[in-house]
Amino acid sequence: MTLLILEQVLNGLQFGVMLFLMAAGLTLVFGVMGLINLAHGSLFMVGAFAAAAVAGATGSYALALIASAAAAAFAGVLIETLVIRRLYARDHLDQVLATFALILIFSEGTRMTFGSFPLYLDVPEMLAGPVSLPFGIQYPLFRLVLIGAGLAVAAALYLLVTRTRVGIQIQAGEADREMIAALGVNISVLYTLVFALGAGLAGLAGALVGTLQSVEVGMGEPVLITAFVVVVIGGIGSIQGALVGAILVGLVQTLGAFLLPIWSTAVFGSQDAGAILSSMLIYILMALVLLVRPKGLMGGAA
Amino acid sequence: MKKLNKVLAGVAAVALAAAAGGVSAETKIGMISTLSGGGAGLGIDVRDGFLLAIEQSGRDDIEVIVEDDQRKPDVAVRLADRMMQSDNVDIMTGLIFSNLAMAVVPSVTAQGTFYLSPNAGPSALAGERCHENYFNVAWQNDNVHEAAGAYATSIGYQSTFVMAPNYPAGIDAINGFKRMFEGEPANEVLTKLGQTDYASEIAQIRASDADSVFFFLPGGMGISFLKQYADSGVEIPLVGPAFSFDQTILAAVGKAALGVPNTAQWSPDLDNAANVAFVESFQEAYGRLPSMYASQGFDTAQLILSALEVAPVSDAEAFREALRAANFESTRGDFKFNTNHHPIQDYYVREVVEVDGVLTNKVLEASLSEHSDAYAADCKM
Repeated sequence: MTLLILEQVLNGLQFGVMLFLMAAGLTLVFGVMGLINLAHGSLFMVGAFAAAAVAGATGSYALALIASAAAAAFAGVLIETLVIRRLYARDHLDQVLATFALILIFSEGTRMTFGSFPLYLDVPEMLAGPVSLPFGIQYPLFRLVLIGAGLAVAAALYLLVTRTRVGIQIQAGEADREMIAALGVNISVLYTLVFALGAGLAGLAGALVGTLQSVEVGMGEPVLITAFVVVVIGGIGSIQGALVGAILVGLVQTLGAFLLPIWSTAVFGSQDAGAILSSMLIYILMALVLLVRPKGLMGGAA
Repeated sequence: MKKLNKVLAGVAAVALAAAAGGVSAETKIGMISTLSGGGAGLGIDVRDGFLLAIEQSGRDDIEVIVEDDQRKPDVAVRLADRMMQSDNVDIMTGLIFSNLAMAVVPSVTAQGTFYLSPNAGPSALAGERCHENYFNVAWQNDNVHEAAGAYATSIGYQSTFVMAPNYPAGIDAINGFKRMFEGEPANEVLTKLGQTDYASEIAQIRASDADSVFFFLPGGMGISFLKQYADSGVEIPLVGPAFSFDQTILAAVGKAALGVPNTAQWSPDLDNAANVAFVESFQEAYGRLPSMYASQGFDTAQLILSALEVAPVSDAEAFREALRAANFESTRGDFKFNTNHHPIQDYYVREVVEVDGVLTNKVLEASLSEHSDAYAADCKM
C-alpha cells in the first residue's frame, strides 16, 4: 500500500508538471495582457498533431518535440496578430467569444487536415519501458523523463522571467502596461513574444502528453479547464504560483482519485461516493484556496 | 461557454434546415451522431456505413438529415426535438453513446417516432423500459462483454482485474462480464469517462495478484490505456470487448494492441456474402477498412430498407412488423430480433493482427452462439 501511494505521488507529480506547461502560458497571457485565452487548449492540440506528423514522417522523436513547440508558437503568433491583438482593449466576454470561435476553427481545421481518426505517436524506443526505482518500484522511464523535463522548463522559465531583460519587461508589463509603453518598450512585440512563448509551451505539453495518451481532435479542452483551475489557485500572472498550483492540483487529483474510492468502499461499502467526491476535489481545493487567499497562493501583486 | 455553444449549434442547424428545405422525400431519417470531438471516429464510421447502404439501394425517396451531437446529451436532446418537430422525420438513428441514448430515445419513441440504434444499447432500454418503436441493431451493451467473460472463463482465468468508465455502458460492461465469468474479479475499478491517464490504475493492476485484466475503454480512452499499459512493463494478459481494438483506433494504438484477444459480433474477415461485399465496397468508397461501427451503421440502413420494401413508415403497424422480421442480409451473418427488439446473434473472439503493414482483426474462435440478452424477460410490450 505504501509503495502504491509512493507510485501515485510520482504520477501526481508527473501530471502536475505537464499541467504547469499548460498553465504557464495561460497565466503569462492573462497576467501580462489581461486576456482570457480559451484557445490555449487548441495550441496544445496543434503541438500534439505536429509532433505526430513529424514523428511519422521522420521517425525522430527529438525533431517531433521541436516541431511541436515551433508549430504551436507559430500558430500562436498567427492568431495573436490576426485576432487576439484586437481583443486586448475589449472586455472579457468579447475575448471569450472570439477565442471560443478559435477553438472551433482549430478543431475543424485539424480535422480537415488530419482526418477524424486519432494519430499514432508513441514513446521513442530509447525511453520505452519501465525502470527500477528504490523500494522495488517499477516506473515507466518516459514518465520520469517528463517530470525532469517539466522541472527543467520551469527552472528555465523562472530564469528567463527574473534574470533577463525580456523577463523584466514581462514583469513590468504585468505591473503596469501603460507605463512600460510610455518608457519606450515596444509593447506589441512584447505581447506577441509572450503569446508565442505560452503557445510554444502548450504545444510542447501537447506533444509530451499526446505521446502517453492519444492524439485526437478535442484533446486540449479537458486539460484547459484543469489548467484554468491551476492558474486561479496559483494566482493569476505568477509563474511560481502556476508551478506550485500545478503540482498541488496534480497530486490532489491523482491521490484523490486513488484513495477516495478505497475510503468510501471501507466506509459505505461502495466506491460511488469516493468517485463522485474525487471528481470534485480540485474544485473544492480551488474554493478553499480562494477563501483563504482570494488572489491565489502567490497572486499578491496582481 | 455552454450557452455560446448552443447559439452556434442553433445557427448551424437553421442553416442546414434551410438547405434541406427544397427536397421532397417520402421517408425522412434523422441521424444524430458524434461527429466532432473525442469519439468522432465512431460516429463518422456509423454515418459512412449507413449512407453507403442508402446509396447502394439506389432509392431517391429517402432523405437522411445528419447532425452532430458533440457527445453532449443536451445538444442531442435539442437536435432530436428539432428533427421531430420541424423536420418531421419518420425514423431516427445514429447515437453512439449510451448516456446520450438515455436522454433522447425515450422521448423519441414516446412521440411515435421510430428509433433504430446503430450502437448504444443501454440495459435500461432493453428491459422494463423497452418500447415497440425502439429497435437495437447492434447489441445490448452487456452482450459483447458477456462474450469476453465467457472467453476469460474458457481460458481458465480465476481472478480478473475489471475496469470500465463510470457511465451507463461502463456499468453494463462490468455486469455483462461478470455474468459469464466464473472466476472472481480481483478488483473492480470505475474510471472517469474521458479519462486519458491510467498510471494510477496500472499501478493498481501491478499491485494486484490478478491473472488477467478485463477493460472496457472505448475510443481515445482505450488508445491511452493500451499505450501506457504496454510501456509499463506489466505483463498480465488483457482481454476486452472490441471497442478498444477497433479499426478506427488501431492505427493510433500501434503494436501495443497486437495479439490481444477481443470480442465482437462482427469482424472484417467474417466469411459471408453480405460482409465480403460490404468490406470491399466500403474500402472502395472511403479508402479505408470499415470498423465494427461502420458495419453496424450499414446493417441499420439495410434493416430500414428491407422494412420499407414491405410497408411505408406511415403504416406504422406494418412497418414495425417488417422491422421485427429483420428480413435483410446482415454483415454479421444470422441476425434476428428477440421479443425486446434486441438482436439474437453470434459473438466471436477476434485477435489483432498485422496484414500488409495495417493492423486489423481476424476471428480467432467462435464465442457465444445465438446469444440474446438478460433483460428480455422484463420487457412487456
